[in-house]
Amino acid sequence: MTDKITGAQSLVRSLEHAGVEVVFGIPGGAILPAYDPLMDSEKVRHILVRHEQGAGHAAEGYAQATGRVGVCMATSGPGATNLVTPIADAYMDSVPIVAITGQVPSKAIGTDAFQEADIRGITMPITKHNFLITHAEDIPRAIAEAFHIAGTGRPGPVLVDIAKDALQAMTDFTWPTEIDLPGYRPVTRPHAKQVREAARMIVEAKRPVLYAGGGIIKSHANLELLRLAELTGIPVVTTLMARGAFPDSHPLHMGMPGMHGSVSAVGALQKSDLLITLGARFDDRVTGRLDTFAPGAKIIHADIDPAEISKNRVADVPIVGDAKEVINDLIIAIQAEHDSGNFGDYAAWADLLAHMKSTYPLGYDLPADGTLSPQFVIERLGLIAGPEAIYAAGVGQHQMWAAQFIKYEIPGTWLNSGGAGTMGYAVPAAMGAKVGCPDKTVWAVDGDGCFQMTNQELVTCAINEIPIKVAIINNSSLGMVRQWQTLFYESRYSNTDLHSHRIPDFVKLADAYGCHGLRCESPDQVDATIEKAMSLNDAPVVVDFVVHKDAMVWPMVAAGTSNDDIKVARDLAPSWDREE
Amino acid sequence: MTRHTLSVLVEDQPGVLARISALFSRRGFNIESLAVGPTENEGVSRMTIVVNADELPLEQVTKQLNKLINVLKIVELDPEAVQRELLLVKVKADLDTRSHVLETVQLFRAKVVDVATDSVTIEATGSRDKLEAFLRILEPFGIKELVQSGLVAIGRGSRSISDRSVRSGDRPT
Repeated sequence: MTDKITGAQSLVRSLEHAGVEVVFGIPGGAILPAYDPLMDSEKVRHILVRHEQGAGHAAEGYAQATGRVGVCMATSGPGATNLVTPIADAYMDSVPIVAITGQVPSKAIGTDAFQEADIRGITMPITKHNFLITHAEDIPRAIAEAFHIAGTGRPGPVLVDIAKDALQAMTDFTWPTEIDLPGYRPVTRPHAKQVREAARMIVEAKRPVLYAGGGIIKSHANLELLRLAELTGIPVVTTLMARGAFPDSHPLHMGMPGMHGSVSAVGALQKSDLLITLGARFDDRVTGRLDTFAPGAKIIHADIDPAEISKNRVADVPIVGDAKEVINDLIIAIQAEHDSGNFGDYAAWADLLAHMKSTYPLGYDLPADGTLSPQFVIERLGLIAGPEAIYAAGVGQHQMWAAQFIKYEIPGTWLNSGGAGTMGYAVPAAMGAKVGCPDKTVWAVDGDGCFQMTNQELVTCAINEIPIKVAIINNSSLGMVRQWQTLFYESRYSNTDLHSHRIPDFVKLADAYGCHGLRCESPDQVDATIEKAMSLNDAPVVVDFVVHKDAMVWPMVAAGTSNDDIKVARDLAPSWDREE
Repeated sequence: MTRHTLSVLVEDQPGVLARISALFSRRGFNIESLAVGPTENEGVSRMTIVVNADELPLEQVTKQLNKLINVLKIVELDPEAVQRELLLVKVKADLDTRSHVLETVQLFRAKVVDVATDSVTIEATGSRDKLEAFLRILEPFGIKELVQSGLVAIGRGSRSISDRSVRSGDRPT
């Protein structure tokens, strides 16, 4: 194995060794050498997207649906900068992706060469780590380390920028047999003493809540979470990133907390005396005004990232570790407490929350004029496509409704842009998910605003036979922004009317893109339209659900206010005093 | 807010200074002083970073620093550590004042490294307090130019930084 190969061949061979089965990307000048050997790879499939942002979100969707590291590739300069948004998105949501970018030749770096951008510098704050490779012999090690860093510990994006001359130079290929990163040793085993202390607090608590975040899904700890909940009888809330981490059908599930969380989930956190935080990060969209968040609660905070612990809310019991190992150890420690006769008594608490859940269920009003309700469309879609399907949402009202009204039972079936709130995520992420899970039905639940940001990837889907399905929840507006204008700007709708009931014609657009286009405008057509879409698998399907524009997302905790001020509808607050 | 001195061992890789300084900046901290140089181990550099911060935010930024792949270890030095800065100062010194300036140089165990007809350039090392006092005394003569290094610091006793416990992380009590 001492025959010389090019750096580009070394890169492709490295990707094969890393187990890559698909790369989403677009070639260009600086990355061009890599595309030549890529054409011959029998293991790595390259999917030519229409915009690099699509490549990045596709890599994210692939990663989130499969649990494997997603890969995207772009050329230098604008190719690389077009990846910035998905990289930032992956950083915020801890999605493991590796982005490979071409760079101008090493001698030209720093000269403002054609299509030069300092993408390593640009992505420093939004990557877990990044590399600039200027020597061909460094390529295999950089790729091996990139995949290791992206996929272990708290997952995240890693960028490998490779100078064109490094791709062209001749080199030996040696795949590193071990990774040596002295500054990177994620702690996965929790500290036993901390776990015992947590178990003691859990059996002593009166109003505990399992506050489950995206870390449960990343560490594949959903079954462990279920065991812990059933062993103790402690109610569970799942954050936006954790939808699917605990079955929605389970009686202990109080729903999603946060700005648009259910009353029972928000209330569970607010009234709790002990939050058992597992792979969640006290995001401002969950806590509302921080100084009034869960005022009576002690905090157990388990996270694989020590920097998350006590970042926003000081933890009484910090536990650094992988969620799966933490929960397994917690179960043993709680079992030991039980064996010593120490049981938690949460019956009254669980009863109160169950009462709140039945008193204030998620719901919506149907429009009086008989037009389509967006929530109804999404609810029916969830019921007809079922919990086995994968749902990728954009950002805004439709995202919140998809988080609320689709019932998730399985981890990895709900993909969205949680932390960054990237409009345009849905279509390319659905594409990536479908590539990773070709046997699953994949629906993009998108808004008309979001859809117009990245729908070019429908071409990629049509040409590469990736039959995703897209439900455009077309309210002809930037709906969430409009909702805020309704509530906080005296209904002055500045620049939120997209006129997309008129232009573009989404059915014609779908047709032009080689997709099936359907339209649905009345409630009695909803089921038939969804079923029709479900039956079409020879090409992507786009359904234009023309919905009324005044629907609002409820419940709501207005930005910057306390969770205690949650409203279930405009000017309507829930009551916590039980009237027996 | 209190002043903290962090010793950060980092891999000697391109871009590592940018990673660290940018992290402080984007997390809302001002670096008061920063000095970088090689260590007894090849490939490892040591940064001495002085920041003004409260305990909790500092813990957060330290944890974020620890997440950088090129950062090997972070130790907060206690105030008793040996802390030194170097300054070079060009002071006006004509025939009337030169002897007074030289006397001050003697008193502070500094040394003259360059002389011109109307000025002397002085090199001084010491703790921040000492150097501040030195500058106060020199001020009336007229300071033409001043340059100061970042602070470097080393713990007292025979233990080396690799023996010391790291700062923060989750600290089981």
